[in-house]
Amino acid sequence: MNKFTEDDLKKELETKEYEYGFYTDIEADKFPVGLNEEVVIAISKKKNEPEWMTLWRLEAFKVWKEMKEPEWANVRYEKPKFQDISYYSAPVQKKQLDSLDQVDPELLKTFAKLGISIDEQKRLSNVAVDIVIDSVSVATTFKKTLNEKGIIFMPISEAIQEHPELVKKYLGTVVPTTDNFYAALNSAVFSDGSFCYIPKGVTCPMELSTYFRINEGGTGQFERTLVIADEGSFVSYLEGCTAPARDENQLHAAVVELIALDDAEIKYSTVQNWFPGDKEGKGGVYNFVTKRGLCEKNAKISWTQVETGSAVTWKYPSCILKGDNSVGEFYSIAVTNNFQQADTGTKMIHLGKNTKSTIISKGISAGHSQNSYRGLVQIGTRAKNARNFSQCDSLLMGDLCGAHTFPYIEVKNKSAQVEHEATTSKIGEDQLFYCNQRGINTEKAIALIVNGFSKEVLNKLPMEFAVEAQKLLEISLEGSVG
Amino acid sequence: MDLKEKLVSSFLAFENKGGLDMDSNVHSIRLNAIQNFEKEGFPTRKDEEWKYTSLRPLLKHDFSLFPSNEEAIEFKNIEKYLINEIESYTLIFVDGVFSSHLSSTTHDECDVCVLSSALTRPKYKMIVDNYFNTIAKNNNSLSELNTAFTKEGVFINIPKNTVLAKPIQIINFSTGSENEILLQPRNLIVVGENSHVQIIERHQNLSKNTTLTNAVTEIFVNKRAIVDYYKIQNDTENSSLIDSTFVSQKQQSVASVNTYSFGGNITRNNLEFYHEGEHITSNLNGISILNGKQHVDNHTLVNHKFPNCESHELYKGIYAEKSTGVFNGKVIVQQAAQKTNAFQQNNNIIIDDGATINAKPQLEIFADDVKCSHGCTIGQLDESALFYMQSRGIPKKEAQALLLFAFGNDVVEKIKIPQLKTRITKLIAKNLGVNLGFEL
Repeated sequence: MNKFTEDDLKKELETKEYEYGFYTDIEADKFPVGLNEEVVIAISKKKNEPEWMTLWRLEAFKVWKEMKEPEWANVRYEKPKFQDISYYSAPVQKKQLDSLDQVDPELLKTFAKLGISIDEQKRLSNVAVDIVIDSVSVATTFKKTLNEKGIIFMPISEAIQEHPELVKKYLGTVVPTTDNFYAALNSAVFSDGSFCYIPKGVTCPMELSTYFRINEGGTGQFERTLVIADEGSFVSYLEGCTAPARDENQLHAAVVELIALDDAEIKYSTVQNWFPGDKEGKGGVYNFVTKRGLCEKNAKISWTQVETGSAVTWKYPSCILKGDNSVGEFYSIAVTNNFQQADTGTKMIHLGKNTKSTIISKGISAGHSQNSYRGLVQIGTRAKNARNFSQCDSLLMGDLCGAHTFPYIEVKNKSAQVEHEATTSKIGEDQLFYCNQRGINTEKAIALIVNGFSKEVLNKLPMEFAVEAQKLLEISLEGSVG
Repeated sequence: MDLKEKLVSSFLAFENKGGLDMDSNVHSIRLNAIQNFEKEGFPTRKDEEWKYTSLRPLLKHDFSLFPSNEEAIEFKNIEKYLINEIESYTLIFVDGVFSSHLSSTTHDECDVCVLSSALTRPKYKMIVDNYFNTIAKNNNSLSELNTAFTKEGVFINIPKNTVLAKPIQIINFSTGSENEILLQPRNLIVVGENSHVQIIERHQNLSKNTTLTNAVTEIFVNKRAIVDYYKIQNDTENSSLIDSTFVSQKQQSVASVNTYSFGGNITRNNLEFYHEGEHITSNLNGISILNGKQHVDNHTLVNHKFPNCESHELYKGIYAEKSTGVFNGKVIVQQAAQKTNAFQQNNNIIIDDGATINAKPQLEIFADDVKCSHGCTIGQLDESALFYMQSRGIPKKEAQALLLFAFGNDVVEKIKIPQLKTRITKLIAKNLGVNLGFEL
């Protein structure tokens, strides 16, 4: 990644609007709007799924029909009309592709604009990219290297065909179809996503990464990700998101399931930069995501997220620390500007002995935005010597925004040690003055201070993402100097 | 017939039998309140504010609402529940009825008397109209229930520029004359500008019979006034308490509410502070030491509406055996409340495996130039400190008690009446099951 210079930033600040707000003109294979059993079956058929999968989807759909949208979150929005959404859209593929040269040049241009030029990556960086444009993965690189290690990394639709035993065994075990409204919806209609399996004792040699985009207008996107790290393995998984500017609200309800078996470690990093709506709060993506990981004995799951986009975010990456000595971590930066609303946090469920969890959450709110941290730390009766440390700090910029914390702590064990602390503050005038005095203008100074404030989390990101994330923070907060 | 139906249907009888003035303002407040209660009913665990406390086991009882026979109690029976070391005004209620021969009231420099007389006498009409049910209104269904059955309680009216030399003790006794009794005391406390008052409140069950107390206290603290309020909750295992205390503060006033929960079946403390001016200080302190199957739920709210105010909240809990502790501290800083300092701390120790703590420290902040923080810890005693003391010849039980005592001491230190401090210290020592062996 090139060094990001001051000039670059200046240029970016001039183009104030959402920089990834372009729209690629690709012919898409699209379903009519609406949702009923036939649509669910049709999606399943389209994907050529085995019968058990179709039944699984229908089961989820039945549950979903009975469920109501959750209203407890601290966000206000106009509810999506679920019957006005097209539940499937896939770029039309003329034929099976063997190499990158055969990929639609339009598509390649899109990747270039997103800064993930495949050729570039293929040659220079060590990242395998499973690119998802509107629900169907079209290019998968580095498959060979991964194959040699026995690592399976492919779109979940293919995995259902090729590795049904693994999918059948683990799909829906961490996030059951009945878990919540959006998880049920996702289970019924998910079109594609990523599947990853790391065999016993294997350390994945590269960062696995997926870029999700919402492309076709009026389509909701329902990604399903399943990552399984078998005993003693390690994987670092990156997920980055950008979406074109759209007028109407778009719905995104993804489900991510992580399974870390004994002694395994999964590191899952997300940069989310979907269209947040314009300055008047019009448009923007609704992001209702269910992410959860299960830790077996001595396993570790680490969630890192940088949330800068989306009009409404509703997201709680959680860890179930089932095995003894397992570790859960959650590092988050959530930035909200203009009329964005975020209700995000984590759940750490301690079930095993000597389980540990760490929560570091940094919320930055500017403009008219509302930023909430909602977290649960639960220590069960069996979880001897469980340990948790939580810290949530909020930074307020301007007096029209709000920062909220809703931590829930439930302890049923005498040997548990739980610490929670939260602070709320603003950028100190003296800090700004000091920077100004040294010739750093206010906008730059704020970027500097915000970066310092979020450093603890930024440090946890893989290198490639850290640079991008820093840039995102600056872009998201521009024009918010109060 | 369930309790809700019983309450609603006995409302008319209550108003008629009680000889209450049907033309007054208070009557329409009552009527309105019972309608609200009928609409909302008792809170359930589906209610976010009652997520961790279930009233269901309590509502199964067939409570008698109007105790028929008055039980006379002698001073010697209740002496030990009073703090006699200091001179004080005392207001004693027996089964919800004011006991004039046990109490000492005054109308000299201020009014320390009963609410029933304040509600009926024209002299107090202004105060009642201005203050009564202004903050408790439409708050929750339980305080509405209390409002509907408002009859008796404490009325304290301190005029301007008065520093009360003697503290006021309020004790509500239940004698067990009925098998199961529901008491609903209602207190109104108005403190004038620049005045200062100290109040000690206690609920005590003298028998083994079941008691449920649903108390509401409204406290109005005018400009520059100081109020220190102490709540002692050390009741029997058959006594449950739902206490709602609402404090409204004017500018530069200081209000402190200290809650000491050592016993009772289910104890729920709703404590809410509303700011109506600048430069206000609110202090909320509490300590809970529980064992058995006791359940204490401390629910606090500080609503910062004006700039330059402060709130300090410190709650400590020690939970043994199968007890449950709940802490829900909510701090709201509204947009206008710039330069607010709001601090909240909640520390808990679990002694036994069966005990549970549910904590929810909550901040909702809409202003940017503020300093707000909360901290919450759950842990256990430092093994090395215990070992050190044992190695110096202090038995384990005493060592443990000493450490626990030290843990809770921050809260005890806040007590401004020395005699009360001694009493609380003794209660803590008793609850920890040790003789501390040194004079405090």
